[in-house]
Order: sequence, then structure tokens, then C-alpha cells
Amino acid sequence: MVLMDYEPSAQGQESYILCADCGTVISSANGAGLCVGCLRNSIDITEGIPKEASLMFCRGCERWSSPPTAWVNAQPESRELLALCLKKISRPLQKVRLIDAAFIWTEPHSRRIKIKITIQKEVLANTVLQQTFVLVFVVHTGQCPACTKLAAKNTWKATVQVRQKVTHKRTFLWLEQLILKHNAHKDTININEKRDGLDFFYSERNSAIKMVEFLAGVVPCRVKSSEQLISSEKQSNTANYKFTYSVEIVPVCKDDLVCLPSSQAKSWGNITPLTICSRVGNSMHLLDPMTLQQTDVTAPVYWRGPFEALATVTDLVEFVVLDIEPSGPVRGKYVLADAQVTRTTPTNAENDQDGMGDDGTFHTRTHLGAILQPGDTVLGYHLTKSNFNSDHYESLDAGRIPDVILVRKTYPNRRRKARPRNWKLRSIAKEAEDVTDGANTLGRGALGRRGGVDQKNVERDYELFLRDLEEDKEMRAAVNLYRHDEIKKDADGDMEMDAAPAKPGSGMRGGKQRRGKAAAAMEVEEDLQGVQDADGSEADDEEEDFPEIGVDELLEHFEEMGMTDELEGGEEVN
Amino acid sequence: MATRTQFENSADIGVFAKLTNAYCLTAVASSSNFYSVFEAELADVIPVIHTTIAGTRIVGRLCAGNRHGLLVPSTTTDQELQHLRNSLPPAVAIQRVEERLSALGNVIACNDYVALVHPDIDRETEEIIADTLKVEVFRQTVAGNVLVGSYCALTNQGGLVHPKTPRAELDELSSLLQIPLVAGTVNRGSDVIGAGLVVNDWCAFAGLDTTATEISVVEATFRLQGQTSAAVINEMRDSLIDNYA
Repeated sequence: MVLMDYEPSAQGQESYILCADCGTVISSANGAGLCVGCLRNSIDITEGIPKEASLMFCRGCERWSSPPTAWVNAQPESRELLALCLKKISRPLQKVRLIDAAFIWTEPHSRRIKIKITIQKEVLANTVLQQTFVLVFVVHTGQCPACTKLAAKNTWKATVQVRQKVTHKRTFLWLEQLILKHNAHKDTININEKRDGLDFFYSERNSAIKMVEFLAGVVPCRVKSSEQLISSEKQSNTANYKFTYSVEIVPVCKDDLVCLPSSQAKSWGNITPLTICSRVGNSMHLLDPMTLQQTDVTAPVYWRGPFEALATVTDLVEFVVLDIEPSGPVRGKYVLADAQVTRTTPTNAENDQDGMGDDGTFHTRTHLGAILQPGDTVLGYHLTKSNFNSDHYESLDAGRIPDVILVRKTYPNRRRKARPRNWKLRSIAKEAEDVTDGANTLGRGALGRRGGVDQKNVERDYELFLRDLEEDKEMRAAVNLYRHDEIKKDADGDMEMDAAPAKPGSGMRGGKQRRGKAAAAMEVEEDLQGVQDADGSEADDEEEDFPEIGVDELLEHFEEMGMTDELEGGEEVN
Repeated sequence: MATRTQFENSADIGVFAKLTNAYCLTAVASSSNFYSVFEAELADVIPVIHTTIAGTRIVGRLCAGNRHGLLVPSTTTDQELQHLRNSLPPAVAIQRVEERLSALGNVIACNDYVALVHPDIDRETEEIIADTLKVEVFRQTVAGNVLVGSYCALTNQGGLVHPKTPRAELDELSSLLQIPLVAGTVNRGSDVIGAGLVVNDWCAFAGLDTTATEISVVEATFRLQGQTSAAVINEMRDSLIDNYA
């Protein structure tokens, strides 16, 4: 069925008049009383819209100036470029209705961009006129401020020099993870490794100050700022400076043995001068393992009377707990206990030289009463076997110095099997990967870039750092761990150095690198144990109290960030 | 015979003047240019009267009239009424109308025989119109507009109406008024005919913006050239036929 509208005498409804200008018969529907031609002749709706304008184009970075200050990327004949062009005539366009805009092809070398624009505007009463016109843009080439800076080799304006005068890199590895977690390197334009530290470069002074504040918030340090005059203009009373912030981190790390000057020890709550550094956060915590007395040393306090570590983590030796008995006092997670320990690698020669007539068994007090069980392995400083070059240590009463100070529980059985980690860390280097350094990049973040000499040390430090993370829940909580998905058995078995399952790589290069890592792990093992344990088969028992990293602690987005294994390192280690 | 003029830079001369077959009213302007144009055309035949209505200059919109009479709104002062009475020919009746729609020029369009009025006008006013102007009164709209006085100009010869008046309505009005009607514009496309054009049986005044085309439409519609174009063609044909016969 066809529906038909009722139209009352449709043929009588139209009316015709003569165009006021030319006299042709037109329908009076347009309301102007003029034919379209006359209307167009008499009224120009493009009046007030410029037909020619100019665009700024940076040759260096191929970006377009988007006033007032922005520079944007835009392909030729792209949407973005059209938006940029229309923005140039946005004010006159407000008075009309924009119907259509399109590029007209022009030869690129002509440095002209033509746009065909169709607009509508209401003229007279109830008459909408549509008109099309061509807008020509002249492309002026120039330099954007960023390229000007680059050309003048004025790339950085402020630098933060972070230094810690210690032999290892663990603090910086830790710092790198903190920086990544807090995204503190956001405005960093370059990172350079220097002796004993890192240099961070910034294009703005504010970013550098922000970084310094971040560092002051996470590690005890002291900051010294200086500035260098680059240029000045007396007329306008302006000056151009480069700013340098020197950040020196306290050279005492976690688990270091510290011998305080006796006067200082007295003023800090009369603590025993011989302490271990139990934690380094915003400030440094010193712990007396004999009494569980603790003192908190903030950065300003430290720098008033700086002291060095007596012995560091590398001086730790392994002991086996023979017997342990809590003696009462408890402070937080520390439980004071009397322990009986012996060296894991006793040598008869040493025993004889001892001359004390003992059987290599040492009695000591320890703060680790809560976690040590008989049979456990523990790291400690063997003071009687050490030779310290320190006046403060000499001044101590020799009778009151314990033979052994236990510091940290270890899990050697766990380590003996070079099992793959199910997690990994991000590194700044991957993100700020610069092509020039690519060949020397080791993939250990900002560290180890210099390659060559201390590559081996860096590998070692990194492995130790990873172990620290695995064994310390508190430490782990402060960084982002990412899930490492591709763990599967490597069927090749071409690793002659150890038969344990190694981390497979997705490609040849990845595989090689893993081998390098495994080698590093082995080396560390040897360093720590001195002599490789001959009996490898007995190490089957698991450590039950090993602080496993749960899957829920790991983040998943690592692969999505476009950081594949192939990109990770650069060159293999050996 | 149509003349273009303006009132103090305004092309809407119908606002400031009223022209009938028996008299012409013009507003009081700062100069006499406007008045002079009318006087030059009309002075020999009919009186051209300078006046205000209710103290305003918009005399064309406030009053309505033909050769029989003149209707002025209730706001007209006694002095103005006296002046008009003194100036108008004795045969023209003058009447003050108590009407809510006081702009009589906008609501009444008339010639000497018929008048179109606003549909909402008072019945008493309607009677007064009929009595004073001696016309037949029709309540009508022009192209949907109730202000019939604004949107059309009528004489005994013809009428120009709003450009959007449909053909059917044109026919209807034409049969009511018994004169030929044409839809058109004045002042270069303006549809307010009453404001742009004042006209009587032998002469017309249009706003200065009116184009030649519009003038020719006006002259043809109101038969101001003494003979219509059709008559010219007929004459030509007659002579041609005469020649070649």
C-alpha cells in the first residue's frame, strides 16, 4: 500500500517573481528576491577571510609550528596538517559555517600548500549562501627552539652528578630500580656512567632539582650545587647558566660493618662503636648486634662526622650454625640469641695457626635469632681473621670485640642449582637506548656501559643485587618486578659448564647472553664459597624458609613495553 | 511614472508618506528634499501635506485612507487633526479611530473601492472603515502575514503583494479586489511592499534601492505608463499586420 501525503493544491502553492537585479523569473522561495547569480555577484561571504597565510616548518625535526608555542608532527596532506591550516583562519571562520576543506595537490618544492574550503553563511533573511575558495599557505622554513638548541650544542642545562665512593655498584642498581618505579627519570635527556657514579642530564633546571629532591628522599646524601655562566646580556639583564648538582651518597651500605669514633658512639645513645648497618633508606640505621641497640643516622648528622665502612659485603664469610638459643631480648624482627657457629670451609692450616686451641667453633651473640636454625648457613664478618686499618678499631678494647659478627642468612643450597628466575627487572638503558652507545651497552641499565674493565664486576654486582632482592622482602616491596614468561626446558644441553637447566633464549643471541649470565652466577658462587663444594648431589634439600617471590608480586606489562630479549643486552658478555 | 526617492537616507519611504488619489501626506523632515520630490510630481494636482501623526514622523504607517477619507489613530492630537482638516480637500472625510491596532497603515490596505484589513481588527473599526472610506472590507492575510498594509500596495489599477504569495492566494485576492495582482519586491529584494512603495492611480514613489526591474514591474502592475506592455505588443502587431496585409 502506498501512503500518499495530502498536499493542498500543490501547483498553486509556488510563486514566481522577477529577480530584482536581472529580471529573470525566479521562484520567490529564497527570500532574497534575487536570483542565485545576482546574489553571488552582490554578496561575497568570504569577505574577511584571508586567502593567503603562512606556515612555519622546522627543517631539523620536520615539525610544524602550532602557535603560540607548540611544534607538531604532521604528514603532508594529513588530517593534523589540515587542522593546523584551518587554525590559522579560525577567527574569521567563526562567522561562517565550514562545510568542507580538502588539500589541493601541490608540488612539494613549491613550498605552497593549497586548501579548498567550502563555507556557508546566512545572508539577508533566511538565505544561506555556499561558496568555495582556495586558501594558499606559504611554507616558511626555520628552526624550532629545540633544534636551535641542538644545533648550538646546548643540549643540557642542568646535570645531576650522583656519586658513591664504594667499590661496588649495588647502590646504583638499587637506585635505578627506584628511579624506574617512581618514573623519576622522565625528563632525563641523557645518563652517563662516570667513575663511582652516574651523571643525569636535563634540559631544564627544574627537572634536575626534582631529581635531586627525589634522591634526597630515598637515600642519605648531601647536595652541592654550582652554576656556570654561559652567556649574559647586560641590556636585558638576562643570563644563561648551566647548573650542576653534585649528590654524594653516604658510602656505607646495608650489611656493612661500621666502627664509629668512640665520641660519636657516645653521643648517639652510647651505642657500641662496632655496629652493622642494618638498613639504608632515607637515613642510615646502625644496629649493635650484641644488644639490639639501634641508632638512626640522618644525612646531615652523618656529614657532620663522616665515617667509613670497616668491612663491606665482599668481606663476608660463610658460617654454619651449630647451635642457637634465644637469650630473651626482642626488638621488632630482631631476636637476640647466643649462637655457636663454625666456618663452612675450614682449612686445617688456619686451625693450627689459631693457636687458641679451639676447634674452629665460635660463640657469638646475634640479632638473627628469629630466623636462624641449627644447620643454617649464615654470612658474617670473621673479625679475628681480619686485619682492619682503622684507628677507631684499634682503640677498641680487644677483649670486648667478638670473634664473629653474623649479618645475614643465606641459602646456598638454593643457589647451588642455577635455577631460572621467574622474574626480571626493567632498566633505564633499554628505554633511553642511544644508538651510539649501542655496541657497548651491556644491558645492565645505566651501569656497565663503559664495557671493558669492570664489566665482570658489574655482572657480579648485578647477580648479587638480584639475590638481595630475592632474599629480602622489604627491599623487593620498593621496586617493580616483572614476570618473565618464557621459561621452558632447554633441550640443547650444550652448556658444558653446568648441566642444570639454564634460561633458554628465543634466539641465538638471547641464548648466548643467558649463558653469560649463568657464568656470572657461577663465578659469584665461587667467590663466595672460596672452594666449590665437591659434593654436588647432596644439595637436594630445599630451604623451607626461603622468601619465595610470589607470582602476585610480579607485574605483567614487561613484554608489552616493546622490550624484547633481543634488545635487552646488545653484546654478549664473554 | 515611478520615481525613486529616500527619506533621510532610508529607502523605506512608505513609512514616512501616504499617497492617495486625492491627497498626499509626508512626514516633517530636517530638510525639504523628500517633500520636494512629492511636490514636484503632485503639486499641480493634489495637495501635498506636511504633517506629524501623534507627534511622530511615521505618518505612512499610522494612517490609512483613499480619495473618500482618511483614518487616523486615536493618538493623533487635536492640533494635528485640525491641521489635517484645514489642509485636506473638503470632499475628504477625516476620522479618528479608537483601535487597539493603532498602526492603521499596517493593518489596512485599500484602494477607492475595497479594503483588506487585519483579521483581528475591531468590528466597530471595520464599520468605520466601510463608512468613512466608502469601501467593501475584507479580513484577509497576504502570504500568511496579518499585516496586510505592510505587505501589499493597492490602487484602482492593480496591486503589488508579498513575493511569497502563492498563485492560488493571488487568484483569490485578485477576485476579491477585482484588480490584477502581481507578486514582487521593492528596494532590491525587500518583501515589505508597503514600506518601499507609495502609489496612486497615476504615479508611484519607490525607495532609492529599487532596481530598474522592480520599477518596471511596478509600472506594469499599476499601469503607470499610460499603456501596458500587452497594449504595446497589440499595437505593434496591429501595425505589423497592417503593414504586411
